[in-house]
Order: sequence, then structure tokens, then C-alpha cells
Amino acid sequence: MVLRHIPVREAILGAAILVLLGVVSTRFSGFISPANLANVFNDTAPLIILALGQMVVILTRCIDLSMAANLALTGMVVAMLNVAMPGLPIPVIIAVAILLGAAMGAVNGLLVWKLAIPPIVVTLGTMTIFRGIIFLISDGKWVNAHEMSTAFTGFSRAAFLGLPVLSWIAILTVIVFGVMMSRTALGRSIFAVGGNPHAAVYTGIDVGKTQFLAFVLSGALAGLTGYLWVARYAVAYVDIARGFELEVVAACVIGGISIAGGIGSVGGAVLGALFLGVVKNALPVVNISPFWQLAISGSAILIAVAFNARAGQTKGRIILKSTEGSV
Amino acid sequence: MSDTTMTARFVPNRLNSRASRILRSWESLLLVVAVGIFVLNSFASPYFLNAWNLSDATYNFTEKGMIAFAMALLIISGEIDLSVASIIALASTAMGLAVQYGAGTPELVVIGLTVGLLCGAFNAIFVTVLGLPSIVVTIGTMSLFRGISYIILGDGAYGGYPDSFAWFGQGYIYWVFTAEIGIFAVIAVIYGVVLHKTNFGRAVYAIGNNSTGALFSGIRVQRVKFILFLLTGLMSGVAAICLTSRLGSTRPSIATGMELNVVTMVVLGGINILGGSGSIPGVVIAAFVMGLVTFGLGLLNVPGIVMSIFIGLLLIGVIALPRLWTMLAAKRRSA
Repeated sequence: MVLRHIPVREAILGAAILVLLGVVSTRFSGFISPANLANVFNDTAPLIILALGQMVVILTRCIDLSMAANLALTGMVVAMLNVAMPGLPIPVIIAVAILLGAAMGAVNGLLVWKLAIPPIVVTLGTMTIFRGIIFLISDGKWVNAHEMSTAFTGFSRAAFLGLPVLSWIAILTVIVFGVMMSRTALGRSIFAVGGNPHAAVYTGIDVGKTQFLAFVLSGALAGLTGYLWVARYAVAYVDIARGFELEVVAACVIGGISIAGGIGSVGGAVLGALFLGVVKNALPVVNISPFWQLAISGSAILIAVAFNARAGQTKGRIILKSTEGSV
Repeated sequence: MSDTTMTARFVPNRLNSRASRILRSWESLLLVVAVGIFVLNSFASPYFLNAWNLSDATYNFTEKGMIAFAMALLIISGEIDLSVASIIALASTAMGLAVQYGAGTPELVVIGLTVGLLCGAFNAIFVTVLGLPSIVVTIGTMSLFRGISYIILGDGAYGGYPDSFAWFGQGYIYWVFTAEIGIFAVIAVIYGVVLHKTNFGRAVYAIGNNSTGALFSGIRVQRVKFILFLLTGLMSGVAAICLTSRLGSTRPSIATGMELNVVTMVVLGGINILGGSGSIPGVVIAAFVMGLVTFGLGLLNVPGIVMSIFIGLLLIGVIALPRLWTMLAAKRRSA
């Protein structure tokens, strides 16, 4: 019953993106050239990767507001590592980024799992703590392009089969998460925990541990994106990606992932991210100031959540509505 | 007990654990902490025990505290509003815009309060009429309200507020007592009376503990929640007037991240983040604790972003420590 709804929602979102592309192309036909679409995709790649991590967390009835701060801290650490040891091979840098990000995710996860603190409180707290730590380790200074090695900054831009490595990593993440969510025990238990935690317990799933693993996954992806972000923009400082956590949540909500947990799909998260990515890239083309971006993503969240709630009303869960999701 | 720990909506058992006694006297514990920080600060810096310095220090918490009282009621009822800082930005932008058309102080106050109320009503409609979770709605309006400020202002700023407008954020009522601390005190008393002495206050607790039960007891749950969102918006409007008056200018980035401070203050004040319990005196003391910590660290030349680490640790710590205590006590009993 749930599965029957998802493809419809994705089809609507996919159609919305196509309509958007069509409208923009009437103003500027070059926007839908393959090369430009590849650029838009590459520009949206970090958002896609982060949205997948956020999706896993939201599916388990949690939320991770610390993703952008995690990204910024990891980015700063690997940038400083690169400055200190320019010879360090890129695979090692990536491994450090993923592990560090996962460790920060584990901190969130442990607080949620072992102490049962509401995820919103935990991640609001760690969000500021992580940002503060960036200031402490960097002394408020920037790491600029000329201090980074060319291998460090070049990796994510290197072209492979016509697309930059950054895009390929996003595609790979989508495939891995697609398989994980539909073909592995972990993926199914993530859905089960969010869909009905009590039933999940009776089927032998450890709810807290699954939430913990979800936070580790989102942390690992935030860490990975931290390196990719810093490498792509070739700069690291305290405030990179500030406020990006909301855009990530927006991508998930637009993609039809229910904030009450248990409902959502990898395809939805990707389409939600692509929708925001297309909007962001289309604004300058149709001569709208980039200052509109924030208000547009805010409106998109509200419209999407209202729309999804109406779609979800047919499922007979309305009886618990007022006690759910009010954390 | 072990049954409830399985879900994220963990409601601590308030009847028979040792932590419950600590929680029940949370306000007195907090008061001890406040006095302790006060004494520590007066030893740490020779500039601390100066009436005018202390008076300046109250600005660290007055504006946040005003919102925290309304937020406390909202959180007790089981909802949350993360858009408060963005409401400040929008209200401040509206006032700045009005100044460009020659508005005087009374008009500015009306505009600030009205924008706050409208934003609160906007949130309330989404939560109570459409029945959407407040956390998503207010994350959305957090972007939307500040986004509108950015659309209006871009990277510019509004200034040129009338001289009489400066009273709210820079004036004094008597000796070292600022206008803001006066407003803060009045609001604290009003909210204390409303929450602890009126039917409305009892309804707020009832909704937070069991909204279905409250509904069947004849409480108009959605209407109470609507009013609470309106109040939170209104208080954000008051805070916007004070903050704008104090700074004397408006940028769209005004009060960025303040929602975190407000929520921290409320939680530190002993309000259960899952709803149902807490008190206004607790929030008042928590406001002083946060103000004293920020002021003390400032005197010791600790940069603002490092202070935010303390705020973050405080937020997690005040919830984590009682729970750790309960867990350890349970372990000791079973061993």
C-alpha cells in the first residue's frame, strides 16, 4: 500500500523538474544542453549525497541538523592535514574524512541510542559544538587554494567518462544506498524502525541501534562530502556550508520522505535534491536574485510537507497524528 | 521502563527514581549553579562586580529570555518553534522598511508586533489547521521568513531609526536597570501567572502530557496551540523591537542562530523537551545562568564562537546528566 504511493509521488516530482527545465529553456535554451545539465548535476552532487544520509536518519524518526557542521569540520581537518602533509595520498584523505564524519555521527547516535535524548536537541547541540571546534583548531583562519596540493583540489574535478569524479561519487552513493535500502537487512530494518518501532522490536530489531547506525551513515556521508566540498571550492573556513543542513532537510521533505519516519525512497531524496539544484541554477538564468533562494527552499518545504501530509491521510494513521512528530 | 526506552519518545518516569527528586528540585539546583557561576566570575575577573558591567551583561539574555517564556509554554504543550530568530529578522526588516517611509516610534512598535503575530499565525495555521508536525513547518518558515528579509534587503542594511526608538534597547528605567530587563521582568511575571495560575496554563500542561486525553477532557487542543504559536510570534516581535533598537540597524542576518539559544535556555530551565512539565521560574534562572556564563567568558576574552561550544554542551549536558544518573543508579541497584 505504501509502495504503491511512492512511484506516483516520484513521478509528480520528476514531472515538476521537467516542467521547470522546460520553462527555463524558453528563456535560455542553452540551459538544457547536455553539458549544462551535467554542470547542474555536478553542482547538486554534494546535496544528493547529504540528502541520502539525511533520508536514512529521517526514516528512523530522527533528524540530523549537524550534517553541515560535520561537513565543515571534516573539510577543515582534511584541508589542514593536506597542508601539514602534502604527500598524503587521496585515498587516505578520503578514508580519514569518512571515518571522522562517521565518528561525529556516532556521537549523535550514541546520545540518541543510549541516553534517549531527542535527536533534534542532540544535533542542534552538536551542530554548534562542531562549528566551535573548527574555530578552535583553525584559530579562525582560512585554508586557501594555494596552500592545498594540486592532487587534493584536483581529485573531485578530474573528468572520467565525461563527468567529474564528484558526479561519479554521487552516482555511486545513490547506487550503494539504493541497494542497501532495498536489498539488505539494515535497509529494511531502517524502514521498519520508522514505520512502527514497537512492531520492529517484536520482529527482533534493535530500534536504538538502528538509529545509531543511521546517524553513523549520515555522519560518514557528511564527512565524505566535507572533503569533496573543500576540494571543489578550494577553500576551508569556519562558515562553509552554514545553513546547508536546512537545504538537505528540504531536499528530503520535497522528495516525499515523511518526517514522521518510515516512508520515503532513495529516488525521492535524489529527485528532491535535483529539484533544489535546478532551482538554484535556474535563478540567475531567469534574472532572479540569488537572495530568493532561501525563501524558495522554505516555501518548497512547506508546500511539499503539506502535499505529502494530504497524500498520507489515506493510510489511516490519522488517529495518532497529534501525538506524533511533535518532538 | 525498559519498554519506553525503545522509542525516541522517551518519557522519564517521574514517580520512583532518585533523578526524579533532583528534577523536581531542578530550579533550586539551577539557582545553586547560578550563584556558583556568579562567585566564580567575581574571582575570575576584577571587572565583574561592577553594577554597570552587570547591567550591560543583562543584554546577553533579555531578548532571548522574552522569547524563551513563550517557547517554554509551546514546548510544554509538545510543539516547538524553530523560526523565532527568522521572525526577528522579518519583523526587524519590516520596521526598517517603515523607517524609510518616515514611520515614527509608535508605528514601528505596532509594525514589529504585528509582523511577529502574523508570522506566529502563519506557523499556527500549518500546525493546527493542516495538522503538520511543528518541527518541519518551522524549519520551513525559518528559511521562508529570513528568505523574505533577504529578498527585501539583499546585502544591504536599514538604519536611521528615530531617536526615541532607541529607548527600548538602550534606555534605563531606574539607575542601572535597563528598559529591556524591565520588559523581561514584566513578561516573566505575566507568563508565570498564565502558566501556573490559570486554566489556560493547566490546559497547556494537560496537552503536553496527553493531548488525546486533554481533548476528551474538553480542552480545545488546537485552539490552545494556535494561541501558543501566536504568543511565540508576538514575543519574537517584542524581541525584534528591543534588538533592532539596541543595534540601531537591520541586516537580514540579524539574530542568526538565536533559536538555538532560546531552546537551550528553555531546556536548561527544566522544561521537558518532550512536553508536559517545567516551570517559568526555572526559565528565569536559566536565563540568568546563560547570561552570566556568556558575560563571564566574554570578560575572559573567550570568542563568541567558542562560547557557542559551551552553549551546545550545556544543552546536551543538562538533558544527558540526569539520564546518565538514572542509568547509573539503576545499574547500582541491580548489581
